[in-house]
Amino acid sequence: MNAFSQIRRNDQPIYLDYQATTPMDPRVLEVMLPYFTYKFGNPHSRSHSYGWEAEAGVEKARGQLAKLIGADEKEVIFTSGATESNNLAIRGVAEFYKDRKNHIVTTVTEHKCVLDTCRHLEQSGFEVTYLPVQKNGLIDLEALRNAITDKTVVVSIMAVNNEIGVIQPLEEIGRICREKKVFFHTDAAQAAGKIPLDVEAMNIDLMSISGHKIYGPKGIGALYVRRKPRVRLVPLIVGGGQERGFRSGTLPTPLCVGLGEAAEICLKEMDGEAKRLKKLQERMLKGLNAKLTEIVVNGDLEHRIPGNLNISFAYVEGESLMMGIKGLSVSSGSACTSASLEPSYVLRALGVEEEMAHTSLRIGLGRFTTEHEVDTAVDELVRHVNKLRAMSPLWEMAQEGIDIKSIEWAAH
Amino acid sequence: MTYSAKLIDHYENPRNIGSLDKSSEDVGTGLVGAPACGDVMKLQIKVGADGLIEDAKFKTFGCGSAIASSSLVTEWVKGKTIDEAETIKNTDIAKHLALPPVKIHCSVLAEDAIKAAIADYRTKIAKKDETRDAAE
Repeated sequence: MNAFSQIRRNDQPIYLDYQATTPMDPRVLEVMLPYFTYKFGNPHSRSHSYGWEAEAGVEKARGQLAKLIGADEKEVIFTSGATESNNLAIRGVAEFYKDRKNHIVTTVTEHKCVLDTCRHLEQSGFEVTYLPVQKNGLIDLEALRNAITDKTVVVSIMAVNNEIGVIQPLEEIGRICREKKVFFHTDAAQAAGKIPLDVEAMNIDLMSISGHKIYGPKGIGALYVRRKPRVRLVPLIVGGGQERGFRSGTLPTPLCVGLGEAAEICLKEMDGEAKRLKKLQERMLKGLNAKLTEIVVNGDLEHRIPGNLNISFAYVEGESLMMGIKGLSVSSGSACTSASLEPSYVLRALGVEEEMAHTSLRIGLGRFTTEHEVDTAVDELVRHVNKLRAMSPLWEMAQEGIDIKSIEWAAH
Repeated sequence: MTYSAKLIDHYENPRNIGSLDKSSEDVGTGLVGAPACGDVMKLQIKVGADGLIEDAKFKTFGCGSAIASSSLVTEWVKGKTIDEAETIKNTDIAKHLALPPVKIHCSVLAEDAIKAAIADYRTKIAKKDETRDAAE
């Protein structure tokens, strides 16, 4: 019996897409509910108890979130989600310091919202260095060191990649940034609540967090903004000057309270949950390897969150595999680009051949995943990979010893 | 993406999966697409002495629409002459399976596969005629 059984409908497929989003923990919902109804005050109302009560809820949540990342509660501001946080951090810093500095360093495997923010800044005259990643998905620290110039204002490198789950060396990156006196922003949407984060030990100046990736509500996120030494930002949204002037607008009290509770639960259960997920990840990989050949895990397996597997099933196209495994909800390539036919830019950045990128699935395990679900998933994957390989001309050629690269394929 | 019942049926119960002897004189083989693009189709036809396509087999690496498109055309070409089979249009395939716009290329590939298999068969026949002429 787990908490998920309260919210999961029996006719639904097994959910294995925890990097896309997570169900809200029922414990989180419970603390949110009063703030939708009788604790409805505007947290910015200073003249009566309704306001004070809502404010107390928001400030408790700010503290819970700060504790998760080793920050002071005054350094946490609420936003609508990690996309807004990433926009605000990068654009806000770039705009504020633009008279003196005009260069940004990021990586090619960032989330689209970081890459797109950088592209927009390029159009208004900023220069951006997109660092490549190594075959395992991690950046080369020397390349980072060499990319930073006296014009660099901020380095933005994600903590954990959303497709392949690899963990970047945050502490080392932070050390280099501090040494070179540039700000370090990290998109921690996939990392917060899953791996230990400490803004002091890691010298992080700005950190983006998402509510719905940590079993909290959708529509809320946070940005950590360091106070000592102070990081200044030009706000994206102006108005009443809430959130230290960085983000105007009335705070959505129930969502803030939910995010805070979600953060507290993650922190409390992190060690045990990481161990449990590691076992499930190993169980899945072992199960697949026992029954299938020619499967490849994309991205470093060691420097990786335990809740992620990204696997290429050679000679089987990913979308057709997803169509087969109807009892499982996973994603192929990047969920964000599923409308396009291009294989994932993250996998391409690792040097994964296009034909292998087309065969990849992202499998996300999380708080409500059970051993039984993992075993069911393995069986279903094995069955459909075998079925599709039996009808794959590439598999047939490989079995006959024909090198697929030796054939002159017509591009179409 | 939501697919039509016909498409899902061809994906789940594909017709005529398999291979024919590609070295046989009465078998034409078409191999089209590219692994890097995410679609490869192999379509084979076996032409009887009466000039009719008596068997057709396929193997496809690709999305569900690509698998369904190739499965469908193996059904359609059977019993037709190669001239008739050659007139199958990608638009007919797309219409029959109600392919979404982003999947139209799958039907184009299936049409190419038929054409390639027919071309291969014709080349074999021409070669056979040449050898026979030379021998006479």
